[in-house]
Amino acid sequence: MIMERIDVYPTRTHEGFKLRAGQVQPFGATIVPGGINFSIFSSRATSCTLVLFRTGEPQPMIEIPFFEEFRIGNVYAMTVFDLDPETTEYGFRMDGPFEPEHGHRFDNSKVLMDPYARVIAGRDIWGEPPDWDDIYHHRSRPVLNDFDWESDRPLEIPIEDLVIYEAHVRSFTRHPSSGIKAAGTFEGMREKIPYLKALGINCIELMPIYEFDEFENSKKHPETGEMLLNYWGYSTVGFFSPKAGYASTGKFGMQVDEFKNLIKEFHANGIEVMLDVVFNHTAEGNEYGPTLSFKGIDNKTYYMLTPEGYYFNFSGTGNTLNCNHPVVRNMVLDCLRYWAAEYHIDGFRFDLAAILGRDQNGAPLSNPPLLEQLAHDPILAKCKLVAEAWDAGGLYQVGSFPAYGRWAEWNGKYRDGIRKFLKGDAGLAGEMSQRLQGSPDLYWTRGPTASINFVTCHDGFTLLDMVSYNGKHNEANGENNNDGGNDNHSWNSGWEGPSTDPAVNQLRERQMKNALTLLMVSQGVPMILMGDEVGRTQYGNNNAYCHDNELNWLDWSLMDARSGLLRFFQKSVAFRRGHPVLRSRTHLRHTDYVGSGFPDMSWHGTEAWKPDWSESSRALAFMLCGQHAKGGTERDDHVYVAMNTYWDSLWFHPPQLPPGTHWHIAINTGMPSPDDIWEIGHEPVLGDQGSIMLGPRSTVVLVGR
Amino acid sequence: MEVQTRNSDNITILEVTGDIDGSTAPALQEKVLEALQPGGKLLLDMSGVDFMSSAGLRVMLVIYRQISSNNGQCLLYGLSESLQDTMAATGFLKFFTLSDDLNAGLETLRQ
Repeated sequence: MIMERIDVYPTRTHEGFKLRAGQVQPFGATIVPGGINFSIFSSRATSCTLVLFRTGEPQPMIEIPFFEEFRIGNVYAMTVFDLDPETTEYGFRMDGPFEPEHGHRFDNSKVLMDPYARVIAGRDIWGEPPDWDDIYHHRSRPVLNDFDWESDRPLEIPIEDLVIYEAHVRSFTRHPSSGIKAAGTFEGMREKIPYLKALGINCIELMPIYEFDEFENSKKHPETGEMLLNYWGYSTVGFFSPKAGYASTGKFGMQVDEFKNLIKEFHANGIEVMLDVVFNHTAEGNEYGPTLSFKGIDNKTYYMLTPEGYYFNFSGTGNTLNCNHPVVRNMVLDCLRYWAAEYHIDGFRFDLAAILGRDQNGAPLSNPPLLEQLAHDPILAKCKLVAEAWDAGGLYQVGSFPAYGRWAEWNGKYRDGIRKFLKGDAGLAGEMSQRLQGSPDLYWTRGPTASINFVTCHDGFTLLDMVSYNGKHNEANGENNNDGGNDNHSWNSGWEGPSTDPAVNQLRERQMKNALTLLMVSQGVPMILMGDEVGRTQYGNNNAYCHDNELNWLDWSLMDARSGLLRFFQKSVAFRRGHPVLRSRTHLRHTDYVGSGFPDMSWHGTEAWKPDWSESSRALAFMLCGQHAKGGTERDDHVYVAMNTYWDSLWFHPPQLPPGTHWHIAINTGMPSPDDIWEIGHEPVLGDQGSIMLGPRSTVVLVGR
Repeated sequence: MEVQTRNSDNITILEVTGDIDGSTAPALQEKVLEALQPGGKLLLDMSGVDFMSSAGLRVMLVIYRQISSNNGQCLLYGLSESLQDTMAATGFLKFFTLSDDLNAGLETLRQ
C-alpha cells in the first residue's frame, strides 16, 4: 500500500518561494518530501526570519519571515519547497530586545547559525584564513543521513576490557612523516588503523571533533610571531556537526560520510570510538565575544547569567552553558542521542563535567537532572559515559560525581598518586594499594569500572616529558609561562630536558615502562595518550592547546627510533588483554572465595605476605590469584607484580606456588629490550623460584602456572 | 553533464562527461534505465567526470544496486584519482567494481 501525504503542497508563497507551516520536531533542518523543513526554538524572540544562501555566496538569496501561523509555542517551523539541499545554506535572524541587564542580546543584523545544524560550512579547509567581512561565518546546512552502515553497530565491549587511546585527529597524521596523502584528517586516521590495531588498543577517544573555530582568539606570539590557534578545539561552535576541516572531503561538504566511514572501519577492526564532548561552554565567549548562534537566539536560556546579566565563567573560557535548563538539557540529550544513533558512537567523555551538575545559578546540585537523564536514557543505555569530574569554578568531584550506576570518571587521583610513587616520593605505599585495585576508597559502591586510570592525557606533560622535566616550559604559548598546571608531580631523572647522558636516558626509558606497566596491571580502565608509546615530546610544554606544529603532531619516524619502547607498549597492552585477572568488574575482596588457597588479591613487600606500609616504604608487591579471575568465572595465570621505586636494587620474594606450578618472568623493566617483556606463553621460568632481584626503580611482573 | 551510449558485444557503455551532482544525477539514472535491459551489463566510462557531489555519489550507488538486484553487472572505468580518494574517504568506493583499463574492464564484464 502506498500512502502519499496529502499535505505536501504549499499554502503560502514569499517572493516566489513556496512555503507551508512546518513540523516543529525535529529541531533543525530536515529533508522532507518536496523540500526542507526548518524548526527553531526561541522563548523570547518577537519574530524570526529564515535566511537562505546559495552555497558559499556572500549575500542571501532570500529572507523568508516565519508567518504567524508557522509558530507553535516557542518554536518557529516552516517547510520551504523546491530547495536543493546540496546548494542551500541557511541561518536565522531573530528580533527581540537588546537588554543585557535582563539577559537579552537580540540583534537582527546578525545571521545566526542553527544550534541543531548537522553540517556547518564556511570553514571547510583547516587553517584557511576566513574572510572577516563575511556576514555569516559558520553556515548551517541540511544533510541526508543515509550512510550505509551495513551490519555495523556500536561494539558494546565491557568497559573493564577497554584499553583507551586518547588522540587528536589532526595531530595523529599531520606530521609529514606519516606518509599520508590526506594528512591530518579523518581519512588519514582511517589509513593508520592498522597501526592502532597492532598497538592493541580497543577504544580510541577523539579530542573534540565538533565543529570549532581554530581561529577563535587566535593571535601571534608576542616574540616569535608564530600563529597561535584554538588548535585542540575545546570550544564548540556547533554540537551536532563534525568538524569540516578534519575531513579531507570537507571542501565538498562530505564530512558526515567521511567521519562515519572512519567509525565504521574502527568498528570493523574491533576498536570503539569515544568522543570528547564539550558541553560546558560555547565559542561565543562573554559579552565581548561574537554572536554566532545561541547568544542571538535565546541568550538567557542557553547561558548561565549573573543577576546583572553577565556571563558566569565556570569553564574558564568566558561563558557557561546553562545545561540544567530544561530546554538546554533536551538539546544535550538530543545531541548525544544523535551521535550514538546516527554515528554509532560507543561512548562520551565529558569535558569539565562538574559543570553539568550545576543549577542555573551555578550552585552544585545533589541530584542533577541532566546527569540522571543521560544515565537512564534508552538510546544511550550501552554508551560509556565518562566524566572529567571537575571544572574551572573549583568544583572537584573525583569520587563523588553523581553516577547513577553509569558514570565513570577520569581518575585524577590515580594520575597524581602513580606519578608521585614513580618518582620515589615517600609515604605512597598506602595510596598505591588503593590506586592499583581500582580505587575502592573513591568508588566503593561503584566498582573499579568507575575509574578511568591514566598517567598522562592531553592536559599536562606527555609521558616522556613527565620523566624529562621538573617544571613546565610553556614560553611558546605566549603567556610568559603562566598558563598550564604547576602540579605535575614530574621528575626529570637528573637533567632538565633532552639529554645525551646514556644513564639519564636509560632511566627515563625505564620510568616510562614502569608507568605503563602499573597502568596495565591496575584494576579499572586504562587510558594512554597518543604518542606516549614512542616517547612523543612537547619539550616540556604542558599546555600545548594552541600549536599547529610539531609540539602536537605525532612524528612517525619515532616508530623506528623508539622501536623498543613501542614493542614494550604493544606487548604490555597484549598482556593486559590476555589476562582477565587484571580486569575485574567488581572490587577485589582480599579473601579466597573459590578455594584456591590464595585470596583474590594479596599484598606483599620484599618478603611474601609482609607488605611494608611505612612512610619510608618504596617497595610494594601484590599477587592476583588466577582462579579468581572475573569473580571466579574465568581461569587465568596467577599474576605477581613487584615495584621498586627505591634508587638501589632490592631482592623480592614472591609467594610460594602450589607444587607443579612455577613463576615465569613476563615483564622486567630493569632489563633492556627485548628482554624487558615476553610474549604471553613464551615467558621464561624464573630461575630461583624464591627470589628475584629488582634493579633500581624497576617493576617486575611474574605469571604463575 | 552529457552521456553518450554505445554497445560492445552485449555490454552497454555509457560515457559520462561533466559533473554528477544533485541537478544532473537524476538524468544519469534515467539514461541508465533506458539503455540497460534487466540482467544487462554496464560499463560506466567516468574518465570525463571531474566531480561527483554527495548526491551524485548516492545516485551512483543507487544505480549500481538497481543493476545488481536485477542480476545485472556494472563496472566503473576511468575514475580520476581525486574521485577515487573522495569515494574511498566517504566509504563509497568499496561498493563498486573498478577498472583502470578499458579492455580489462570489458573482459571482466564478459566473464
